Amino acid sequence: MEASQFKSDQYVRFCPGCGDHAICMALQKAMAQIGIPTHQVAVISGIGCSSRMPHYLNTYGFNTIHGRGGAIATGVKTSHPELTVWQMSGDGDCLAIGGNHFIHEIRRNVDLNICLFNNRIYGLTKGQYSPTSPKGFVSKSSPFGTVERPFIPAELVLGARGTFFARTLDVDVPTTVDCLVAAQQHKGASVVECLVNCVIFNNGTHSWIADREQREEHSIILRHGEKMIFGKNKDKGLAVEIDPQTFVPRLIVVPADDERVLVHDAHQQDPTLHRLLALMGQERNLEVNAPSLLPIALGVIRDVEAETYDQAVNEQIQKVRASSQAHTFDELTATLDQWS
Amino acid sequence: MHNSEKSSIFAANLIPNTIKVKNIVVRFCGDSGDGMQLTGNMFAQLAAEMGHEISTLPDFPAEIRAPQGTLGGVSAFQVELGQEVYTSGDKADVVVAMNAAALKVCTLGSHFNHPQAHFDEEFSLFHRHAILIVDTDSLTDKDLEKAQYHTPNPFEELGIPESVQIVPVALTTLTKEALKDSGMDNKSVLKCRNMFALGLIYWLFDEPMEKAIHLLEEKFKKKPALVAPNTKVMVDGYNYGQNLALNVQQVHLEPSEGSDLRQNSADGSKLNAESSYTSIAGNKATAWGLIAAAEKAGKRLFLGSYPITPATDILHELAARKDMNVMAIQAEDEIAGVCTAIGAAFAGDLACTSTSGPGLSLKSEAIGLAVMAELPLVVIDVQRGGPSTGLPTKTEQTDLLQALYGRNGECPAVVIAASSSANCFDYAYEACKIALENMTPVILMTDTYLANGTALWRIPKLAELPEIHPQGVPEELKGQYNPALRDARGVRYWAYPGMEGYEHRNIGLERDAEKGTISTNPENHEQMVLARKHKIEQIANSIPNLQTLKPSNLQTLKPSNLQTSDTLLVGWGSTEGHLHAAANELGCDLAHFNYICPLPKNTREILSQYKRIVVCELNTGQFATYLRAQFPDIKFEQYNEIQGQPFAVERIVNFVKKSEC
Repeated sequence: MEASQFKSDQYVRFCPGCGDHAICMALQKAMAQIGIPTHQVAVISGIGCSSRMPHYLNTYGFNTIHGRGGAIATGVKTSHPELTVWQMSGDGDCLAIGGNHFIHEIRRNVDLNICLFNNRIYGLTKGQYSPTSPKGFVSKSSPFGTVERPFIPAELVLGARGTFFARTLDVDVPTTVDCLVAAQQHKGASVVECLVNCVIFNNGTHSWIADREQREEHSIILRHGEKMIFGKNKDKGLAVEIDPQTFVPRLIVVPADDERVLVHDAHQQDPTLHRLLALMGQERNLEVNAPSLLPIALGVIRDVEAETYDQAVNEQIQKVRASSQAHTFDELTATLDQWS
Repeated sequence: MHNSEKSSIFAANLIPNTIKVKNIVVRFCGDSGDGMQLTGNMFAQLAAEMGHEISTLPDFPAEIRAPQGTLGGVSAFQVELGQEVYTSGDKADVVVAMNAAALKVCTLGSHFNHPQAHFDEEFSLFHRHAILIVDTDSLTDKDLEKAQYHTPNPFEELGIPESVQIVPVALTTLTKEALKDSGMDNKSVLKCRNMFALGLIYWLFDEPMEKAIHLLEEKFKKKPALVAPNTKVMVDGYNYGQNLALNVQQVHLEPSEGSDLRQNSADGSKLNAESSYTSIAGNKATAWGLIAAAEKAGKRLFLGSYPITPATDILHELAARKDMNVMAIQAEDEIAGVCTAIGAAFAGDLACTSTSGPGLSLKSEAIGLAVMAELPLVVIDVQRGGPSTGLPTKTEQTDLLQALYGRNGECPAVVIAASSSANCFDYAYEACKIALENMTPVILMTDTYLANGTALWRIPKLAELPEIHPQGVPEELKGQYNPALRDARGVRYWAYPGMEGYEHRNIGLERDAEKGTISTNPENHEQMVLARKHKIEQIANSIPNLQTLKPSNLQTLKPSNLQTSDTLLVGWGSTEGHLHAAANELGCDLAHFNYICPLPKNTREILSQYKRIVVCELNTGQFATYLRAQFPDIKFEQYNEIQGQPFAVERIVNFVKKSEC
């Protein structure tokens, strides 16, 4: 299929320069690559800039209310597992007002493709700090800087026993497309954290890795089965080290040819290493201008198999139906204790 | 019993024989752990099987197990059985009190906490001429202390009049005696006390023990080890009554003879030989109404719900009905309950959510989304005492205005109400029909009284239920569909994912009346507000007209100065039985509403026929407020009770008589 088949007739109204444009394009490309016909695809969103996304995709779409996209998407997918269901959400929609639905859709492992657009700000309400704004962040609702600790989305996903987590960057369309396709292929709740720039209220929030000159030094693209190598000259690698005193494992940068360089295993059920990878370079996301020593991980960090909720719940219904006598209302009432 | 002179049949006549009555009220009360709900349910079910009409009232505390033997832990179950049973009864004719606390609570009613309170017929839960069966083993000093008695003689302290026939029975001793060879431990033995009481009551009502034993076997099907001891105790209880020839008259209930079961079936059908009957609780009837509607409509039934008293049994029942292909999800919260349902509606299912008042508050915004997106959605509100957590296990009609207006924006939705435990089935079915045919949320109001109460239900066949034609989309719109397109009634067409050529984007934002896309145009918004309003109003064309109920027993009317034919009682929802009984006694007419928004088309015509209209509700006047807004030229009086209990017929009657000007 062609990306153009997934473009709706609506004029795209993201601000000029907004990172959402790139993700929109990547979504259309990924959906074409996946090749599921438009009428079999439902895109559900809540409220926020990113939640406008369904309007620009020529599939079934539902732009709902703030924070509830996850619960509504759960209803769509569970009642109709044959559909491909995407959820578009932002750091406010998904992690603040919709936080409960977010952790529970992940816990249940509903087969959804969840795009979490993280620009670390409330854009549509014109610039308030969000649950992912670093501590000390100055915004209209935090004129003296925030004093609260932010979420790291990956940590929340793993804490909710997530089976798929990928991270991508708005300006890197090819990696974004790869992550979106992988999210669709994964059976279960797939979270793709899209780091997007808010050109109006939080410009440059991801410049640490978004700037071309810095990107290769400050980020690493993980690919399952490949060595963890990064740097402009592909000269650095990642290895794991156990602190001899505390036994805490930590990642370290070593020369690319060091035999300790790790090979990425996204399918490993144990999330320990996935967590270490996902938390790399997050210092800057926790506190304004904190130094980050390790590169930020992009690509598919975790992709493990587990039973999906929508499948399990439908299978249970089929199983019970197969073993029961009554399948219609009249047959059901016949089983009642009754008298004439 | 409906009027006071009937109760005199229990005047202390100590010669044992059998008397015949048309109906009677029995109350079982004991500690939360005494199994009063099970006992009461078994008794009611057997009565129903014997062809009596029943109406039950489980009345239990919010705590699962309050401290044993205390006043706060008293759990009760009341049932009225016989003919022309409209309610679960104002006051009991027969009471079983399993402990000192229960004795106190049923004697003093709502005054049980007043230090110097004595029996007062206004507040007592039984009549002056009632039979009071009391476990004398549970009146030890320790028991009396726990129940806050101050003297060693509870009967005297409570001031129970001599006209009450007290039947002291050593229930605990007799139960222990019955099971002395069973090898059971003491705790398990004591759990069977309720069956001794049940056996005794069966004797009192001359019920057939074979059927009772069969019923017990059914109830304990999953715990076969308990069948034998419980049967033994129950039969011993029966024989105790028989052999000792207790100084109590046995009661023979006259079987129903085609009596009016109007409240038990929406079509007003009479008991007839070709129909089958069962006893059913309101929540179960509600769940089954949804199941029937889904099958009739050819839709998958989807329930998104979150546990909340007193609505949870709907979730339980539908979670168990996977054989009926029901998808029931226990969501992470109330909001997710309604939102998963909205997702299922968007995807083409018959989607429902069940809750109580606090949950309805949480669901408000999402119901607004369903109004805006014009999706079919059934919201069941099993009302309880509020506000906030309020009285979770008690009944009230206080969510009406919330259901009508409790959303942001101009947000009309359909509101209907069931009015008996059995017709919860009919109105749940009707809610689905209206939602699917009109692409709108429908809020179905029931309450604790209906939900937990049981009534006789004529089991319908699917074929006899009204057709349901879910809104679809014309073939010729393929490729040109958008979510704003409407039919001649003003109902938008329904296309959903999976349908090729109807891809569209639905929204909670305002949409363009023609294109269906986001619009902030001022005229368009007004046009859309009116379109959504009109859509709800036109539903009045397809709902039945309001029918007034004329007094059924005019011949029994007492002489009165009351110009009753000029007076109309008005109610809605679960109070129908009480108002029916009150109207009968007053000889006035009753207009009882099941359809609230929109109102039946002939509402004005009916109301304007009466000089005096008294709107009776278990709130401070919410329906009256609504009616005044609709009919500002009509005068409405109010009668209200807000005590977490159903109406007492007698109090309504007294009010209407007294306040007559």
